[in-house]
Amino acid sequence: MVDSKKIAKQFIEAIPHARALGLELVELGQGQAEISMPYKPELVGDPRNGVVHGGAVSAQMDTCCGAAVMCHPEAPAGTATIDLRIDYMRGANPGQTITAKATCYHITRNVAFVRAVATDDDVDNPVATATGAFTVEGR
Amino acid sequence: MARARPEPMHVVKQRRDAAFTALVDGIPYAQFLGISLERRGDELTGVLNFDDKLIGNPFLPALHGGVISAFLETTAILTLAWQHFLPMVEAGDIEIEALTLENIPSFPKTIDFTVDYLRTGLPRDAYARAWVGRSGRRYATIRVEAWQDSRSKPFAQGTGHFLMPQPKDSETAS
Repeated sequence: MVDSKKIAKQFIEAIPHARALGLELVELGQGQAEISMPYKPELVGDPRNGVVHGGAVSAQMDTCCGAAVMCHPEAPAGTATIDLRIDYMRGANPGQTITAKATCYHITRNVAFVRAVATDDDVDNPVATATGAFTVEGR
Repeated sequence: MARARPEPMHVVKQRRDAAFTALVDGIPYAQFLGISLERRGDELTGVLNFDDKLIGNPFLPALHGGVISAFLETTAILTLAWQHFLPMVEAGDIEIEALTLENIPSFPKTIDFTVDYLRTGLPRDAYARAWVGRSGRRYATIRVEAWQDSRSKPFAQGTGHFLMPQPKDSETAS
C-alpha cells in the first residue's frame, strides 16, 4: 500500500464515529474514495427484517464523500458538508457488507461537488445513491 | 340511551406510554447512537445524547455529519410512525398487552432525505423536531430541524420523503 494511502486509511479509521460504525477504507485517490461498512446488529433499523438503518448508510456516504473531496488533485486543506441528499433504492441485504463509492466530479475555489453510490453483494442493484456539495477550505 | 363512560385519563396515558416505548425501543440503530424521544402531548422531540463515538472531527471537535443526518432522519421516521401508529392504538386495532416489537406496524421507509448543515455540531446533546407536511396513504413529506443551545439557531435542517407502511405489509410482518 502506498504511504499516503496508508496515512489516509489511518486518518479516516481514527475518526471516532467512523470507528464506531466499523468503516474501512478500501480505495482512495484522484477524487475517488471507496469505503466499506461490514454488517453489525447494532446498525439495524428494524429488528424484524434485520435491514441496516438508512442513517448508518448516510453516515457512511457522508464520510466517503468527504474522503473523495480530500483526495482530489486540487487537494483542499479541509472540507465540511454543505448539503447531502440520499436516495434509498432498497433495503440492504441483512448480513452483507455495504460498500460506498464516491467521486468528487467537480471542484471550484469554494465548493466541491460529489456523488456516491452504495451497494451490497448484489452490486448491480444499488442500495442508495447520494449527491452533495462540500466546502473547500484554503489550500 | 346513556353514552359509554369516557375512559379514566390514567388508562389513556398508560396506553400511550406503552405504545410510545414500543415504538422507540424498536430501532437498534437509535440505541447505538443514543437517540431517545420525549413526548409532551402530541409534540415529539428527538434527543441525541452526546457520546465520544459521535465525533467526526476530533480536532474541533465536532459531531460527525452522518450522525447529524441519521439523527434528523430517525426523528422524522419516529414522528411519522407515531402519527400513523397512535390512531391504531386508540381505535383498539392494537392491544397494549400485545405490544411487542414483533407486532407494531412497520416503520415508514425513507425514499430520499436531504440535510443542510448550517453550523458545526458541538460535542454536547442535540435536539430535533419534525413537522409532517403531508402524510397520505402512500407517501409523506416531512421537515426536521436540529438545535443545541438555542432553538432559534438550528445547526442542521432536513427534508425527506417517505413511503408509508401499507396494510398488507403489516399482515406479512405478523
